[in-house]
Amino acid sequence: MNFLELTPMQIDALKEVGNVGAGNAATALSQMVQRGIDMKVPNLKVVPFSQVAEHMGGDESIVAGVYLRVDGKAPANILFALTEESAKRMVDLLMGMQPGTTVSLGEMEISALKEVGNILAGTYLNALSMFTRLTFEQSVPALAIDMAAAIISVVLTTIAEVGDHAMLLETEFQGLDLEVKGTLYLIPEEGSLELILSTLGLA
Amino acid sequence: MLIKVGMADLKVSKAPQNLMTSGLGSCIGICLYDGTARVGGLAHIMLPTSTQARNSDNKAKFADTAIPYLIDEMRRLGAAKSRLVAKIAGGAQMFAFPGASDVMRIGERNAEAVIEKLRKEQIPLLARETGGNYGRTIELDTSTGKLFIRTIDRGEKVL
Repeated sequence: MNFLELTPMQIDALKEVGNVGAGNAATALSQMVQRGIDMKVPNLKVVPFSQVAEHMGGDESIVAGVYLRVDGKAPANILFALTEESAKRMVDLLMGMQPGTTVSLGEMEISALKEVGNILAGTYLNALSMFTRLTFEQSVPALAIDMAAAIISVVLTTIAEVGDHAMLLETEFQGLDLEVKGTLYLIPEEGSLELILSTLGLA
Repeated sequence: MLIKVGMADLKVSKAPQNLMTSGLGSCIGICLYDGTARVGGLAHIMLPTSTQARNSDNKAKFADTAIPYLIDEMRRLGAAKSRLVAKIAGGAQMFAFPGASDVMRIGERNAEAVIEKLRKEQIPLLARETGGNYGRTIELDTSTGKLFIRTIDRGEKVL
């Protein structure tokens, strides 16, 4: 099936699955940082490759992206993207430091951010697994801090052999009482979408 | 004047209209130039080959199909294939996974495919700035054939 052919009912179902997944992820992150983490209602978008980076703040905006490959019967990609500032605040939270303490992202900070991506992806996929009874195997996380387009292009190459559009199931997380936010993107391969929908009885 | 080329797209232009593409990661920006006609072309390819793709309608997406397509489009603007020269940038490995798989070596494979195709088309590759682990924004000056490369924290370069 083509991403562009998703029906409103299928879109709602995917958003609902995303909602539960992200809810679990927010709870896990909240426990990890001992602070309230809020999430927005997930959004589902089907966009041409050339416009994906626009959704992340623009082609050349600097983004910290934690990327995990998801393998199994329904391969997909998970990207957790934060602005550079938010990435530093997130590190402050994780290390229990005053907001503003972290000024640069070195090796230790990067591994802390990778761990956040890992936890978010793990809890998110758990929920997805529960709904679909599919097994998702996530890779170890990798991180890059660079132009949004450069980061997302790598993710998009995994679906580029099939079409020119990506389906983004995105959820924004933010700190309740401080300036930190990040967006989690689930970007399935086309065949995976079909499989996920069929397990939900909606193919 | 600046014409923007998106991901998996290509454009051609005549001086003084310059061509640019932003945020090349594992993708490659292929710049062809005819200095006599002052015609430039820029393709932003994502994958090395169209032969394994389930859908290869978009010629600008693959190294093997984008280059001939770019040459054709430039000819329409008065360029001659025999005068074309090439400069390329991109092909980075943005993410380092332990035991990196083929998927993750995509930048390197893209660069290899582009170089090979240029050789087959007998277009001299004058300069390249590929590899590394960082993104690049490039602009082709169609009046001079110079290629300007910008990065976030590795400065600028002119090829």
